[in-house]
Amino acid sequence: MYDLGKIIPGLIVFVGLVSFPIWYNGGDAGAIPKPEKPVLAKECVADIQYMRTTHMQLLMAWRDDIVREGGARTWATARGTEYNRSLQSGCMKCHTSKKKFCDTCHEYAAVTPYCWDCHIAPQETK
Amino acid sequence: MRVLYPFLAVIAFILIALVGVRIPGGQSLIGIVLPYLAILAFTGGFVFKVLGWARSPVPFRIPTTCGQGVSLPWIKQNKLDCPSTFWGVAGRMLLEVLLFRSLFRNTKASIHKGPQLAYGSSKWLWLVGLTFHYSFLVIVIRHMRLFTNPMPAFLHALEFGDGILQVGAPQLYITDLLLVGALLFLFVRRLVMPQVRYISLANDYFPLFLILGIGITGILMRYFIRVDVVGIKQLAVGLVTFSPKIVGDIGSLFFIHLFLVCLLLIYFPFSKLMHLGGVFLSPTRNMANNSRMKRHINPWNDPNITPHSYAAYEDEFREFMVEAGIPVDKELAKPAESAAAGPAAEAAPAEG
Repeated sequence: MYDLGKIIPGLIVFVGLVSFPIWYNGGDAGAIPKPEKPVLAKECVADIQYMRTTHMQLLMAWRDDIVREGGARTWATARGTEYNRSLQSGCMKCHTSKKKFCDTCHEYAAVTPYCWDCHIAPQETK
Repeated sequence: MRVLYPFLAVIAFILIALVGVRIPGGQSLIGIVLPYLAILAFTGGFVFKVLGWARSPVPFRIPTTCGQGVSLPWIKQNKLDCPSTFWGVAGRMLLEVLLFRSLFRNTKASIHKGPQLAYGSSKWLWLVGLTFHYSFLVIVIRHMRLFTNPMPAFLHALEFGDGILQVGAPQLYITDLLLVGALLFLFVRRLVMPQVRYISLANDYFPLFLILGIGITGILMRYFIRVDVVGIKQLAVGLVTFSPKIVGDIGSLFFIHLFLVCLLLIYFPFSKLMHLGGVFLSPTRNMANNSRMKRHINPWNDPNITPHSYAAYEDEFREFMVEAGIPVDKELAKPAESAAAGPAAEAAPAEG
């Protein structure tokens, strides 16, 4: 073995970088998000799995349709329940708390959507 | 064939993953067992390879001298291209590792009327290579948001910078575009340039297709066929805290992505991709050109063989040298001793 004085520290740095998430978390997986479900509403605008994975694209599609194409505000679910295609007065009508609903998963998955750059979040009731 | 087989191999791997997630237990095999094996193979293989290289002595200074070496005081040394000190080598290595300096010198030969041969600078490979490597680095670092809970603060800055265009939701990452674009360039380059095509092998195309497969499945997941990110993060954080579990329906696209990443990790230490470690151990780059200031002794020299100077050599063979008419530094001491050369003198006529 030659030049171990340089190679061993280099390998230690390498292993340290590769194992970064292991020592950073320190074996603690943290809390799993539990978004608060609305009490009154029976169904969402689409099925739960779709909403879980694709809600952000649905919101974008609403925006594009309503703001740019002049689409209708009022829409109906597959079961015929009418709803308002709007973040503030649609989604947030049932999911009343941003903190207890939106933020739980967003914080866990470390995403920072820019919805609230323009929209006003509903007042949190303590 | 050299293009088609690696391509078909990647397609086959995708199909294996696609079938794998559907058989019972397949999800935990791809999602839990394989990632552990892959990271062990990657880290272990990487260390093994580097230690293997460390076992090879490099007794002689073989740096490529790309500039004026250290010489007389009034001749200016090129300290980066022909370094003779530790700091010169450190500077050269930093520029090599971070900016691919030797690729920057890439030239292209062309024949003009005359016929005249001309060499011109060719920077495309350097530019796209740099783009590819840095995009990949940013993407790998960005993925740490799925492995750390809570995410370290510096990743927020990286995410913000990468998604600064604010196109769509989820936001478009600039590096996603750059990575796929650069990979396509590197692939087309191998196909279109006849010389490069001639020397390209299956193991040149395979990593390109594999990384392209990883990039495309990643992009599909993020922008087109959405998967459950919270479920993915639970699995990823679970893996690094040694309590992995697969929750809910994540989506088969994720497992294809993960399967390809694991294959890349396993393939990595045993392929050309090891240039990640190899660049640091390139003797033509990491050695100081200091043979004239420092004596480097070959470690496999036989200790029984002692240095033999010219003066000692002449002492040993002086008589024979004088006999053969070879000039010597020191003349024979006593002419009376010439009798000792008797047998040689007798042999001389016989030769004639």
